[in-house]
Amino acid sequence: MESTILKNTYEINAGEFQTAGDVSANIKRKLKQIGIGGTVLRRIAVASYEAELNLIIHSHGGKLTLEMTPSSIILTSADVGPGIPDLSKAMQEGYSTASEEARDLGFGAGMGLPNMKRNADGFSIESEVGKGTTIQMRFDVKDA
Amino acid sequence: MTIRELVTLLDARVLCGEDKLDQDVNNAFSSDLMSDVLAFVTDKTVLITGLTNIHVMRTAEMLDIHCIVYARGKIPSDELLEEADELDIVVLATAHNCYTTCGLMYEAGIRSKNVRTGA
Repeated sequence: MESTILKNTYEINAGEFQTAGDVSANIKRKLKQIGIGGTVLRRIAVASYEAELNLIIHSHGGKLTLEMTPSSIILTSADVGPGIPDLSKAMQEGYSTASEEARDLGFGAGMGLPNMKRNADGFSIESEVGKGTTIQMRFDVKDA
Repeated sequence: MTIRELVTLLDARVLCGEDKLDQDVNNAFSSDLMSDVLAFVTDKTVLITGLTNIHVMRTAEMLDIHCIVYARGKIPSDELLEEADELDIVVLATAHNCYTTCGLMYEAGIRSKNVRTGA
């Protein structure tokens, strides 16, 4: 197991649409400061924003954790419910259970989870109804 | 084409970023659905939209979108323009609708990179 250089955890509250993206913008700026750039930075930012939006739109609240090792960035989204009943459906593009409120803001098109998977170099999701969902994404970085 | 030439092409007003108009325009994408912008945009892109909420700016920030064109006469709030200014994003406004805006840009040679087909 590689040593962790940096670890930050951000609380995300359910339903807080107005500040959606603040955490991911913060993460992006922080990574940029330490020399991460280009395509990988954009992929991390997009995946982080999708995870943040999902926590706001779908969860009862949760945490987004940013970890850095010498070779990779790990983003973990862990919420306290409600859990996803059918993961294979949730991973399909276009399948969405988002509220009208989320859709009015331009989100909830059912692209979030597949988009996270596409942008990450490693992706895992575990969910249990009544308990919560945990998503882990790995991004490989060079010379970081 | 530069953003300055785009302003002329679209008969647009510059709402923000007057000093950044000499950047190149190579790629464009149009949607009011930010979910799709997040899923389809992978390169430095001009975004054509009619959605004026703050999430457009957040989405643009994540994707390094350097220019937003507000179509069909939509004007974003001052708060949004201040945010765009901080993020060095150029904001234009045109009276043309999205269809016509895209048509004019396509005719001028600007294409959209399709991330799914690589075209």
